[in-house]
Amino acid sequence: MSTPIILDEIVPPRAPWSHLVRKGETLRIIDLEGNQSADFLMYAAADDTERYSAQDTIAAQRNVYLRAGSMLYSNEGNPMALVTQTDVAYHDTIGGACSCESNTLRYGFHTFGHHACVENFLQANLRAGRGKRDMVSNINWFMNVPVEADGTLGIVDGISAPGLHVDLLAQMDLIAVVSNCPQINNPCNGFNPTALRMVITGRS
Amino acid sequence: MSTTANAQGAQAHARAMASTRVEAMPTLPASAAATRPAGVAADSMLWETTLPAGGYAGKELRRGARLQLQDLHGDACLSMLIFNAERPVERLNVADTIKVQWNAYLGPGKLLLSDMGRVLLSLMEDGAGTHDTFCGASTAGSNAQRYGDGDNWGTHPNARDRLTLAASKFGLGRKDIHPCINWFKGVRIAADGATVLEGGPFTPGRSVTLRAEMNVIVVLANCPHRLDARAGYTVTPVRISAWRGPPTPADDPLRNATPEGLRAFLNVEDYFCR
Repeated sequence: MSTPIILDEIVPPRAPWSHLVRKGETLRIIDLEGNQSADFLMYAAADDTERYSAQDTIAAQRNVYLRAGSMLYSNEGNPMALVTQTDVAYHDTIGGACSCESNTLRYGFHTFGHHACVENFLQANLRAGRGKRDMVSNINWFMNVPVEADGTLGIVDGISAPGLHVDLLAQMDLIAVVSNCPQINNPCNGFNPTALRMVITGRS
Repeated sequence: MSTTANAQGAQAHARAMASTRVEAMPTLPASAAATRPAGVAADSMLWETTLPAGGYAGKELRRGARLQLQDLHGDACLSMLIFNAERPVERLNVADTIKVQWNAYLGPGKLLLSDMGRVLLSLMEDGAGTHDTFCGASTAGSNAQRYGDGDNWGTHPNARDRLTLAASKFGLGRKDIHPCINWFKGVRIAADGATVLEGGPFTPGRSVTLRAEMNVIVVLANCPHRLDARAGYTVTPVRISAWRGPPTPADDPLRNATPEGLRAFLNVEDYFCR
């Protein structure tokens, strides 16, 4: 059976993106050039005070990494999207989004003016009436944040590659918001932010 | 005739109960606390309360105040949210807290960072060492699944709804409920990413002492950990004490411990340049 393509767009490097994904539709995010972090949030279309919750998702699956089969939960404990398929071993949901402010801590005050994911999320959300209170811990598709036995963690060299993807099957009507990460001070984008491709397909 | 049939009788009935003392209740004034932290003068006390199983509380604390949380019987699980009291849109950011400090486990000297690159609270002393930055608050659904119900009006209230009620009393709403920290129940991460609960019960009396680095609102709820697999709603009372203290001086060892942390303190000090 054919799966109608509802949308097929390129997100330029460093840019925000947002779109409605209806229940039963699949959002495919493609890491076109490899190791490009796709910072990702989502909100229930019917009531955007319901939104993705990293902690509820981790607690539900008892694991910090997102893999094929991971169900992504809202702050109300409702399933929002299922990771139906991905050819990257695991993705991150503990590392958060880069911001001008956290950049000053991690890299020094000279980075305060660098563009950052929180700026992208704010820009995309402000257009829809959401704001800073709608910023919560996000997903970083294609970003690698291993946790060591003593709790040591860091954003390290990626495990994605050109053309790899992740598929999300929406469990409710949701607004997906992406920041195509502009970070150049750590290896999350291979020190070279590149484009992402977003494809939404209908029910098969 | 009933003793509460008229207002005078009802008043006498109401007034007769005020001398009741239970384990889990606030002490007013806080200076009257029966067991003050060592070395703290009575007139320095800002807050003294004991939270029961399922209890919650919120408090505004000034920069420099100390906040001690004590797991009285060794089986507490205290979820915490933190806001900038002057501008609550600035709040705890758990992801930045672990990322900036290159470590996910809370312990002595760790800083609790806001989403604006500033220190909200610092962890001065940690007699527990088992805390959780990953699994967040229980919800109505997760409690209903384990205990049969999870509502505020039932016998198994969930941490998220308790935090929401506590925050609402500062004028805050559902959008202000952010990812939280859980004190006293630990979660460690296995090599494959699995969450491993350190659920106790532990030695009674373990405590943590925090210092407010900004003017903050702390919101707390004492509910069983989300991963606690015990069939019963098992959580024991927490004593909360706060007292006055000086803001962090420039030569404070904790302020200067790491380059990332020092810049977070510089951001705080810059915020207070006014």
